[in-house]
Amino acid sequence: MNKSVYASPDQVSETKRHILTVLVDNEPGVLARVIGMFSGRGYNIDSLNVAEVSNDENISRITIVTHGTSEVVSQIEKQLLRIVPVHSVTNLDQEGSSVEAEVALVYIYISDTNKKKVYQLCDLYRARKIENENNTTIFEIAGASERVNRFIKEINEITKVEIVRSGPVAISSIQKNEEE
Amino acid sequence: MNNEITGAEIVLKSLAEQGVEVVFGYPGGAVLPIYDTLFKQNSIKHVLVRQEGGAIHAAEGYARSTGKTGVVLVTSGPGATNVVTGLTDAMMDSVPIVCITGQVPQHLIGSDAFQECDTTGITRPCTKHNYLVKDVNKLSSVFHEAFTIAQNGRPGPVLIDIPKDVQFASGTYEEKNKIIIPSHRLFEPSPDFEKNKIEEAVELISKAKKPIFYIGGGCINSGPMASKLVREFINMVGSPVTMTLMGLGVVGSSDKNSLGMLGMHGMYEANMAMHECDVMINIGARFDDRVTGRLDAFSPNSKKIHIDIDESNINKTINVDVPIIGDVKQVVEKMITVWKEKKFQIDDKALKLWWDKINKWKDIDCLNYNNEGKQIKPQYAVQRLYELTKNTKTFITTEVGQHQMWAAQFYKFEEPNRWLTSGGLGTMGYGFPAAIGAQVGHPDALVVDIAGDASILMNIQEMSTAVQYRLPVKIFILNNEYMGMVRQWQELLHGGRYSESYTDSLPDFVKLAESYKAVGLRAKTTDELDDVITQMIETKNTVIADIWVTKEENCFPMIQSGSAHNEMMLSKDQKQDKKSAEKGKILV
Repeated sequence: MNKSVYASPDQVSETKRHILTVLVDNEPGVLARVIGMFSGRGYNIDSLNVAEVSNDENISRITIVTHGTSEVVSQIEKQLLRIVPVHSVTNLDQEGSSVEAEVALVYIYISDTNKKKVYQLCDLYRARKIENENNTTIFEIAGASERVNRFIKEINEITKVEIVRSGPVAISSIQKNEEE
Repeated sequence: MNNEITGAEIVLKSLAEQGVEVVFGYPGGAVLPIYDTLFKQNSIKHVLVRQEGGAIHAAEGYARSTGKTGVVLVTSGPGATNVVTGLTDAMMDSVPIVCITGQVPQHLIGSDAFQECDTTGITRPCTKHNYLVKDVNKLSSVFHEAFTIAQNGRPGPVLIDIPKDVQFASGTYEEKNKIIIPSHRLFEPSPDFEKNKIEEAVELISKAKKPIFYIGGGCINSGPMASKLVREFINMVGSPVTMTLMGLGVVGSSDKNSLGMLGMHGMYEANMAMHECDVMINIGARFDDRVTGRLDAFSPNSKKIHIDIDESNINKTINVDVPIIGDVKQVVEKMITVWKEKKFQIDDKALKLWWDKINKWKDIDCLNYNNEGKQIKPQYAVQRLYELTKNTKTFITTEVGQHQMWAAQFYKFEEPNRWLTSGGLGTMGYGFPAAIGAQVGHPDALVVDIAGDASILMNIQEMSTAVQYRLPVKIFILNNEYMGMVRQWQELLHGGRYSESYTDSLPDFVKLAESYKAVGLRAKTTDELDDVITQMIETKNTVIADIWVTKEENCFPMIQSGSAHNEMMLSKDQKQDKKSAEKGKILV
C-alpha cells in the first residue's frame, strides 16, 4: 500500500517479520530474479536460503525472511508469483504453525582462562564441537534463530568469536494428507 | 543425423511456425548466422531499422495495432542495450514482444569479449522472462515457450539470448504442439473461485446509484471481442464510462455513455464522476498514479470492483472491495450472463439524477481554449487532423508530452487498437518507430504520428527506414520549439524558470524530410492548416508536416501532482493553493 509516491502516510499497518518459502524451477538466473524483485521494488531481505530439494524434478526451495506491513508482504507474494519459474509462494506466518531452524558455525578463540566457561556454555546450548584437521575450536549450533541469538550474545561476552549463520529455513507444521 | 539443422535455421523455423510475418532488426557480429539464414528464405520479411531502439518500438507498434506478437532481432552488446528502453516500455504497457539477441560464443562469455554484455542480467527486470540458450536442442522449445509467455496472461516482452556457437551448432527441431509448458509457468484463471466474485460484483453494480466504469488497456489486450462485450455490458447498465490513456477506443468517443479520458489531463466530468461515484468498476486498469492523483482522496465513497489479469495489481495502490482475477473478455462475458439471468435492473431514477449531475460538469466544457488569431493552437491542429481523417481507417501514434495529451483529448477514437502511445514508461521517441510498425502491419491504412519537436528528434533516424520500405507514415509535428510539458511544469511549479527546455537550433523539418527523399510540408497559420493536412493525407510517401503552433500553450485541464480528482485546474489563472503545490512538487 505505501509503495506509491502518492500514498498517504497515515495508512500503515504494523510491520512484522514474515517467512516466505518459494518453490522454483532450478534454472539459471532464478535466484537473481527473486532477489532482483526485492531490490528493484524496495523490499527487504533479512535472510535468504536456497537449496535444491528434489533432484528428479529440479526444484529448489528458497526461504526468505522479510519484514513489512501485511500489505507490503502480500504485494511481495504476488510479485514473486509473477516470476515465470516460480511454482508457489507460501507465507508461513499465514499458514498457521511452522517450524524454523538455522545453523551457525562459531570459531571460538580459547585460552586457558576462558576455556571452562566456553565449554560450559556450549554444553548448556548443546553446541557441538566440530573436529577438524587444525584442531581449532569450531562449534555448531542449530535451532530457532532466537536460541542462536542468545548463544552468540553470551559467548561474545566470554571471548572473541567469528560466526557464520545460514539464516532460518522453515516448514509448515500443519498436518497434511499424503496424497497432497 | 539427417534431420538436424543449424541453430540459426531452428530460429527461423520456430518463427515461421509461430506465424511470424515480419521481424524488425539490425544485424551485427553475434547474429550473422541468423541473418545468413534469413537471406536464404522468403517467408519472413525483415525491416531494417536505423537504431535498435527503433526496432523494438516498431515491433510494439506492430503488435499493438495488429494484436500479434512483435519480433525483434538485434546483435549482442550495444544491440542488446539499445533495446532496453523498448523492453521496459513493453513491460509497462503489456505489449507482447519476442526479442532475439545474439551473444558472443559460449567460450568467450565472461571474458569481456568484443560486444559482450550480460544481456539476460541487464534485461531481467525489464522482461517478463528471458533465456540464455546454451543447448541448440533446446532452442525450438525455448522459442515456443517464449511466444506463449509473451502472449499469455498479462502480455509482455520476452528475450532470447543466443550465443553465436549455438546458432552454428546442429540440433533437432521440435514442433510447437510437441512442447508441454508446465502450468506454473503460465497464467491460468481459476473459474470456480471467481464465479462467486462475479456474482457479487454484478449485484453490486445493480444496486449502484452513481456507477462509473473505469476502463484500461487490459480491455484492448484481451482482444476486439472484449471491447465489444464491455460496450454491451455498459449499455445494459446505462452507466457512464471513462477510459485511461491506454484504454481509449474500447468504448467509442461518440458513445452516449462515454465521458472520455480520466486522470491528470483527463476530462473534468470524468474525474468528478470518479470522485463522487458510489460503485466503481475498474476493468483492465491498474490505478496508475496519473489516474488516481492523491491516493487518500481518491474516490472516497465508492465500492470498488477491480477486474485484472495480474493479481499483483490488486490492492497495490488502491484497496478494492471485489477483486476479480481473470481475462476481461471471459469475465465480462460471465457478468453479462449473470446480469441477464438474474434480470438485474439498475435504479433508473437514481441513474437519471447521476447523469444530470454529470451533464452539469460537462457544461463546464473543460477542453475549451482560446482560439483567436491566425496562429495555430495545438489543440486546433489536432481537431482539424481528426476532422480531416475521421472517415479514413487511421492509426494514431504519439511521442510523449503535451502533444500526446492534446492528441488524447482532441482526437476521437471509435475503435480499439487504433491509438498507440507510450503510457506507463512515457518514452519520448516511441511514436515514429511505432508508426512504422503499425504501417507495416496495415499497409493500406493511414498512420499518423502526432509528435512534438523535441520527441521526434529522439528517433528521427528512422526516416531512412520509412523511406526505404516505402512506408507512407505521416509525422505531424506540433512545433512550439519547447519541450512543452517540461516547460509547462516549470511554469506552474518552478517559477517560470525554463531550464533547458527550449530547443535552440531545431532542424528545418521540411528540408530534413526532403533530405531523406520524403515530403516536407509546413503550416504557419490557421489559413494553411487544412491544406497542409489534406496534402499530407493525399501524399503517397513519408511526410513530415511541421505545424507551427503557439509556443506557450498549456495543456489543461490538469490535476497537479499531489492533488485529488476534484481539485482540477481548468486554466492557468486558477491557481492551486500553495501548500499542496509545494507538496506536489516532489512528485513526478
